[in-house]
Amino acid sequence: MDSLSTGSLSGAQKEELIDQVKQQIAIANAQELLAKMSEKCFKKCINKPGTALDNSEQKCIAMCMDRYMDAWNLVSRTYRSRIQRERNM
Amino acid sequence: MSDLSDFSMDKGGDSELQDFLIAEKQKAQFNAQIHEFNDFCWDKCVDKPGAKLDSRTETCISNCVERFIDVSLLITNRFAQMLEKGGGMQ
Repeated sequence: MDSLSTGSLSGAQKEELIDQVKQQIAIANAQELLAKMSEKCFKKCINKPGTALDNSEQKCIAMCMDRYMDAWNLVSRTYRSRIQRERNM
Repeated sequence: MSDLSDFSMDKGGDSELQDFLIAEKQKAQFNAQIHEFNDFCWDKCVDKPGAKLDSRTETCISNCVERFIDVSLLITNRFAQMLEKGGGMQ
């Protein structure tokens, strides 16, 4: 992205820029999450790669995704409260 | 992850945008840290994904985060001491 020649952005342009940046960051975060889930869940669920994903493998992947996101949320909460505790010391 | 240092401000910098970008960068760093924790804590704590995370797994994951932070702090402090004593890397 070019350097911003600031001062020349209208309010609406600024809004749009802010929205675009937020969106790009959200997309990057989602991509990271998907890449991790694919790796982790493949490792946990696909033991002997066959010619197709069978039913149990598909169910395992679905559960794995849900658990991975549960873990993500738990880590997020734990980290957040640790940061708070460190700040309050 | 998008590199927010691509946004450079010239001197007539717009402080609203600068504040926004600083805040977003912090949020992005926080998220990157979560991804990293989740990466190895998942490996250490989750055996086979079930219908929910059981309490043993949850305890393991939160301990994992806390202990990793303790390790980082310990290493940082000890390394600082080593540098003070004139040790560290030759």
